[in-house]
Amino acid sequence: MGLTGLEIYKQLPKKNCGECGPPTCLAFAMQLASGKATLDACPYISQEAREALQSAAAPPIRLVTLGAGDHVLEIGDETVLFRHDKTFYHPAGIFIEVGDDLDEAAMDERLRAIGELEFERVGQQYRVDGVALRATSGDADRFLRLAQKAAAAVPWNFVIVCQDPALAEPVVRLLASRRPLLYAATDDNWEKMVQLAEEHQIPLGVCGRDLDHLAELVTKITQRGYRELVIDPGSRETSQVLADLTQIRRLAIKKKFRPFGYPTIAFTSEPDATTEIIQAQVYVGKYASLVVLRQAWRRSEILPLLTWRTNVFTDPQKPIQVEPRVYEVGDVRDDSPVYVTTNFSLTYFSVEAEVEASKIPGYIVVVNTEGTSVLTAYAAGKFTPEAVAEALQRSGIADRVKHREVIIPGHVAVMSGKLQELSGWKVIVGPREAAGIPAFVRSRYAA
Amino acid sequence: MAVERIMERYTSRVREVTLGATAEQGGTRSHTITVGGDSTLPFLHFEGEVPHRPVLALEVNDVPPAWHQLLLEHYRDVLDDPGAWAAKAVRQFGADLVCLRLVGADPDGENRSPEECAQVVRRVLEAVKVPLIVIGCGDADKDNEVMPAVAEAGAGENLLLGIATQENYKTLTAACMVHKHNIIAQSPIDINICKQLNILISEMNMPLDRIVIDPTLGALGYGIEYTYSIMERIRLGALGGDSMLAMPVIVNVGYEAWRAKEANVPESEFPRWGDQPTRAVLWEAMTGAHGLQAGAHIVILRNPDALRLLRRHIEQLMVPNRA
Repeated sequence: MGLTGLEIYKQLPKKNCGECGPPTCLAFAMQLASGKATLDACPYISQEAREALQSAAAPPIRLVTLGAGDHVLEIGDETVLFRHDKTFYHPAGIFIEVGDDLDEAAMDERLRAIGELEFERVGQQYRVDGVALRATSGDADRFLRLAQKAAAAVPWNFVIVCQDPALAEPVVRLLASRRPLLYAATDDNWEKMVQLAEEHQIPLGVCGRDLDHLAELVTKITQRGYRELVIDPGSRETSQVLADLTQIRRLAIKKKFRPFGYPTIAFTSEPDATTEIIQAQVYVGKYASLVVLRQAWRRSEILPLLTWRTNVFTDPQKPIQVEPRVYEVGDVRDDSPVYVTTNFSLTYFSVEAEVEASKIPGYIVVVNTEGTSVLTAYAAGKFTPEAVAEALQRSGIADRVKHREVIIPGHVAVMSGKLQELSGWKVIVGPREAAGIPAFVRSRYAA
Repeated sequence: MAVERIMERYTSRVREVTLGATAEQGGTRSHTITVGGDSTLPFLHFEGEVPHRPVLALEVNDVPPAWHQLLLEHYRDVLDDPGAWAAKAVRQFGADLVCLRLVGADPDGENRSPEECAQVVRRVLEAVKVPLIVIGCGDADKDNEVMPAVAEAGAGENLLLGIATQENYKTLTAACMVHKHNIIAQSPIDINICKQLNILISEMNMPLDRIVIDPTLGALGYGIEYTYSIMERIRLGALGGDSMLAMPVIVNVGYEAWRAKEANVPESEFPRWGDQPTRAVLWEAMTGAHGLQAGAHIVILRNPDALRLLRRHIEQLMVPNRA
């Protein structure tokens, strides 16, 4: 999204004084365009030109942060519409709503459950990002009480869902140091909400009635000078939310339309937890920066959504890797089969799933191939007899089994002789695809 | 403030494929199902047409499968009878169509003869009146014996038959051409192979509007993002005028989702993953839902509860939206 040297040159004073270093303004512009110089080096640039250039150089979607200390949540700053064009950078924050109309016991229980929504799967840690506190009762004491309980029970982030500035104010004050999102400024309250957000230096949600109205409201707020915004087109039906979030993302990225250059927030509307998770799946992939759930909070409901988030925000250029070491699948013994594969997570987990499905416990020795699959790694010289022999040696697998037989992927059968020679292990050629493992291992190892 | 919307204008659209044949068309189906025809990205009704909603198939096996208890409980009374199973899938669970998988042909299993398999197909065609998908056992040599018999047994019914791969497509393509069926062309999460296989099949004179792409879906948590991006690229290719990518897409969700550990392990073993019934249903439904967002037209499921969730989801996605 950077400007070209010529576009920058047009904004420069064209004095060719050379005080910035390069001899001419054009040379300076070229250095600016390539990031080798900064605008501060020019003593004569006008204020208007500076603002124009800085705004043009700003990212298409602003980076906004919630939280503080160990629990900072960065959202926005995306640059593409499709992950295959580069990557999606900032995983959608997932919040679970709790209303202040719950009775005390239910409130405590729900907040405690949310505060424990951490998971481990395939060696990764997942968790929700926090709780959305909704002022439902209209009672200031109740709302503050909910916020106090939430502050104690949930270690992460907060969204304050309240459109009455007076009702929100004590809660904002209580949570200000944890930098919550205040949701939301609307037509009726925006001036007071901006004031409140600005006073406490917290991000502010802006909720429009539709895209046109949202652009208008955001423009009013930014003209007042506040830019820590998270925007909401106001739609709640799945199909319309998808359309609105798509337009917002397109306009921000392709047209650099400033009123939509902010992270977005989406609220689900489905009446039960399972359909709500499916609805939220759409928003996580297409293009909400924050998603607020209203029904789901149980572990079995949240894990699938967090898994989807992790998947879709995986950088396509950096394959996920597993640590190169020995893995045990099932209740292994010293006569269990030993497989080798690569450390590309998709390859590893395919093998792991099939070894598990075979019901014959086994060891998997993972070779560091820098996150490439068997054939790619073999072609690139990263899955060689030497590399496999070294991995066998370093893994210490020899101390864990009494046999000396290793199963290699069928695609690299050609390395058998050399590997046998280098490692001293008898090499068994396994199936070409992981899916063949159960049949293969059952015919060979079943008692 | 009137914001000028960005409307993408694509040069082309996804081809339509029609499955099944009614009596007038030489078959015995009560209706046909047409998929594809999209002229925009999934569900962006505001700038293009999504003329047909995605459809949901339930998988039926010809022999009782070694599925998880949570799945089998839905089918316990019909496991021995593929016809009754198919009827239950359609009448009780509301499947749009049935995907019959001929596992019994597997040489490592029951090793059923082509004629036995054809008999099962006839039985299912009698039991239900919806269009039918039939998939072989996965053993290439055996499928090359079985699928021609299946194609013959279903002649006139305009079936969707699979699975053709780059290594093994000729016999199935020929059988589909002789008996006028549609074909599933499967590529291993690879857009180039996807395209190449469609070219190879079409070079045998198979009409392009009888090919359906199977991009080999990954399960939620197990490489789902690879197929998601491949499918987005397939759709963009189709809309951009690449004729060899402009086929409807089928995704084999039930099979993949139930390979995932998260669908299979009980809460007692993984207490922090929560209750298994909900987790398993969502694992399958979420795998399917991501497929819909990436451009799937036919979703094959196993769990009727996942079908119910996706049915509602599709209804909501098909609500017209405005820019």
